[in-house]
This record gives sequence, structure tokens and C-alpha cells, in this order.
Amino acid sequence: MDFMTIFTIFVLASFVGFEVISKVPPTLHTPLMSGSNAISGITLIGAILSTGTQHTWLTAILGFLAVVLATINAVGGFMVTHRMLEMFKRKD
Amino acid sequence: MSPTLVNLAYLVAACLFIIGLKGLSHPRTAVRGNLLGAIGMLIAVVVTLLDKHIISYWLIFAGFIIGSGIGAVYAYKVKMTAMPQLVALYNGFGGAASLLVAGAVLYEAGVLRGTPQEIAVNAEFILSVFASGFIGAITFTGSMIAFAKLQGLTKETAVRYPGDQIVKIALALITIVFAYLMLVYPDSSIPYWFMVIVACVLGVLVTIPIGGADMPVVIALLNSLSGLAAAATGFVLFNTVLIVAGTLVGASGIILSLIMCKAMNRSITDVLFGTFGAVEGGPSDDEVYGGKVKATSPEEVAMLLEGARRVVVVPGYGMAVSQAQHAVRELYDLLEAHGIIMEFGIHPVAGRMPGHMNVLLAEADIPYDRMKEMDEINPGFKQVDVSIIIGANDVVNPVARTDPKSPIAGMPILDVDYSKTVVVIKRSLSPGFAGIPNPLFAADNCLMLFGDAKKMVEEMVKSCKEDFG
Repeated sequence: MDFMTIFTIFVLASFVGFEVISKVPPTLHTPLMSGSNAISGITLIGAILSTGTQHTWLTAILGFLAVVLATINAVGGFMVTHRMLEMFKRKD
Repeated sequence: MSPTLVNLAYLVAACLFIIGLKGLSHPRTAVRGNLLGAIGMLIAVVVTLLDKHIISYWLIFAGFIIGSGIGAVYAYKVKMTAMPQLVALYNGFGGAASLLVAGAVLYEAGVLRGTPQEIAVNAEFILSVFASGFIGAITFTGSMIAFAKLQGLTKETAVRYPGDQIVKIALALITIVFAYLMLVYPDSSIPYWFMVIVACVLGVLVTIPIGGADMPVVIALLNSLSGLAAAATGFVLFNTVLIVAGTLVGASGIILSLIMCKAMNRSITDVLFGTFGAVEGGPSDDEVYGGKVKATSPEEVAMLLEGARRVVVVPGYGMAVSQAQHAVRELYDLLEAHGIIMEFGIHPVAGRMPGHMNVLLAEADIPYDRMKEMDEINPGFKQVDVSIIIGANDVVNPVARTDPKSPIAGMPILDVDYSKTVVVIKRSLSPGFAGIPNPLFAADNCLMLFGDAKKMVEEMVKSCKEDFG
């Protein structure tokens, strides 16, 4: 893969993002923020690689800190979004 | 696992993120959508753990356990009124994680030179590392300031000092100098970390001048930045799922920021760099209110409600502050049982983050089809018998329609003044974020119910029970 390929992916993904997100109703904007926030925890993947490959102790420590922060972001984000969305479920 | 299989798994994860966000387009499908997103994340993580270059797992799992523990506890315990703080905090963590990963990979690139795992260090790589660190740092400290403001740890008001714009521009230029040094000395990590420190300061300075009702825009922007930082890390690692996921979040935050800005009739640059509430020469409080404000009591409002057919509640940040949503729910039950229709008119910037009021009302079990958007509810206000404003001010100020010189001129508002009677629950006549008096409070059809929102609504419920019973 070269730079142009991943740049193409970036541009196309932003169009998909704008299309999908503009259909979210205002009522769900807070869960949208916390849910998308959780998705941005995807940095976790990079953190895992730096921690696990342990090329140097420094990169392992940086990676470890990133794993902690990104996991809080991802796990906490998905869970709190779930909690909120359950409240929006119609209770009959 | 072969690289092809790994990339296929990442593709599946990216698709799950897209399908998951699509699920958020309706409350019925939203829970499933969120779960699909979480599954996508799980797949991406598991596949990454199978990477053959990983030689040790204990540090990774230690990180998982600590991170999930903290994340889960907060997610479970946080009050719905505190959602804006929580999102701000998590945004910041995402940004910090991105800047750490970019820094680690930059260092690895130097260590791995000449080995089979060599990372191609070219201008694109360095600039991606820069982008990841720069955006990540601004997101991190900016979010921490936003968190501190929302949590009440620091003053929420805008902090300004002379020459603040020049300082910010200077700091931004310094980070560009460090970016140049990174390009010239690609083997050194030192310019990167200095750049990160400067960007951290910049993040603080960009966020402190923003306060109060502008908070939703800032939270949405930081949300967007946390995604873009992840996307930039994707460029560093040549990892497609990071790019797709990060970009989706980036797009989401930008759309929300634009919606918020439109709902305040302001531009993003105005929110970030402009001044607000500094307009002089408008009518004073005395001119607007002098002798015309009528106070009322919960009993009187209960009598009004008894004769009403349509009631609209307009919630604002004040409802969140006094946690009045459950009392409102009681009132809703009573009125509905009595055959009175009660709906909620929600301004896009009500509260401290997009959709804040909806979440509070949903927490109190108000059905979501009773929560109406501004454009949906505005044409019907002439048929509304009683509008109850709970802790909102600027978003119902008719001056936005009538006075082109007002600081909120042109801002779309909820036209509550067209309803037969308006009841405003508010502690005092103090102005909202815009710092201007609200002629609605002095209007002939307006009654002021002075006091704490929760207490007043509870007393209204009590009086209604007596009247209706």
C-alpha cells in the first residue's frame, strides 16, 4: 500500500461518515457522541502493537499507557452508550 | 495469521463501525448498532493480538484490565446530567492515546532501521506522526479543560486576556518549526515531544476562552479531533481500520459542531476566536422588566394546567442542574392521565452537549416521540395553552427575532411567546449566557415562577394532584 491508497480510503471514508451521520436524529446526538467516541478508541490497535512487540522498554511503556487510555475510551464509551440507548427503548 | 486475513478482519471491523453508526439513525435500532460497533472493536483487537511480532502479552493485558476497569466503573456510575463531562474526558483519553502511539512508532522507526521490520521513514510518515501528535495533544488538554469547566472544577465563564490570539498563533507557528525539525532530523524523537508540549499548551489556550452555552460546540469539535487523531495514527501505521474508524468519528463531530453553530446563528471561527456578550448599549434590565414582570405560584400554574389541552415544556441547562427531570416525568404522567397532551420542545443547543436534554428526559422515561425538534414544534405554538420553560433563557428570547442589533439576532429560537400562557421557572431574572435581558419575562402572557426547578415542579405536581383528584 502506498500513501495515495490510504489517502483515498481517508477521503472516501469521510464521505461515508457524512452520509451516515447526517441521518442521526437530534434526540440521539448524545449517544452518537459517546458511541463515536468509543470508536475513536480504535487507536488501541496501535497501542497493542507498540506494547507487545517491545522493541525498547520506552516504546513498551508508551504503548502500555496508550493501551490503558484507549481501553478506557473504548470500553467506557460503548458501555455508557449502551446504558443511554437502553433508556430510549420504548417501555410498554 | 496471514496479512491478507488480518486485513480482511480489519475490513469487517470497519464495516461493522459503519453499520453500527447507521443503526443510530433510529432509537429502535440504536442499541443493536452500538453493539455492532463494539463487536467491530473486539474483532480488530483480537486480530491484532495474533500479530506474530508480539513477544509478550502481560503488559497488554494489564493495560486491558486497568482500562476496562476504570472505563466500566465510570460508564456505570456516571449520572446522566454529567454526560458532557464524561464524553469530554474520554475524548481527551483518545487523543492522548493517539499521541503516545505516534511517539512510540516514531521511536521504533529509529530502532528498527536495517532490520526486516524496518519502517519506511519518509516525509509522509513524519508528517503523519506530526499530525497525530499535534491533534492528539490539542484534543487531550482541550478536553481536560472542557472537563474541568463542566465538572465545576474551574470557572465555566470565558477567560480572556489581551493579545490572546497572537499568543495562540505564535504557539501554532512554533509547532510548525518543530515539524520542520522532525523532517530534518527524522532519527530524533526530541522535536516530536517538544512539539507535543507546545500543542498541549495550545490546547489549553484554545479552550479556556470558551464557556457556558458555547460548550456543546467545543465538545463536538473535540469529539471530531479525537477521531482525526486516530485517523492520523492510521496514516502512521498504514492501518486502514484506524483510518476508516477515525474518519467516521471526525465526520460525526464536525457535523454536530456545524448543527450547533447553526442553531446559535454563529460561525465556528466566531465560537473559537470571537467575543460574545460584550455588546453595549442594548436596553437595560429596568427598561425591559420595570414593573411588568408577574410572579406566580405553583398552585396558580396547576389551575392553569387543569384548563389546558396542550402543554409544551421547554427544558434548558437549568433542568439538568437541579435534576428536575424526574419531577417533570411525574407532571407528565398526571397530565396525560387527565387527557392533556404534553410535549417537549428541545432547542439544539439546550444543555451542555448535543442531545443532552433528550438523554435526561429519556432517563426519566419520557417517550422519545414526545421530544420534538425546534422546527417541528415551532409552527404549533399558537395552539399551545401553556408553555413551561424550565431553566432555559436565551433560546426563548424573542429579541432574536425582533432586534437585529442584539447579540443573539437571527438565532433560531423556540417561539413560546406565541402560546396562550408562558410559565417560566427560574431562580431570578438574571440573564442567560448572552448577557441580555429577556422581554419574554415581561410579556402580558408570561408568568414567572421563581425558585428551584425541581422544587417548583414537585409543588406543581402536588397542587395538580389536589386539583385533579
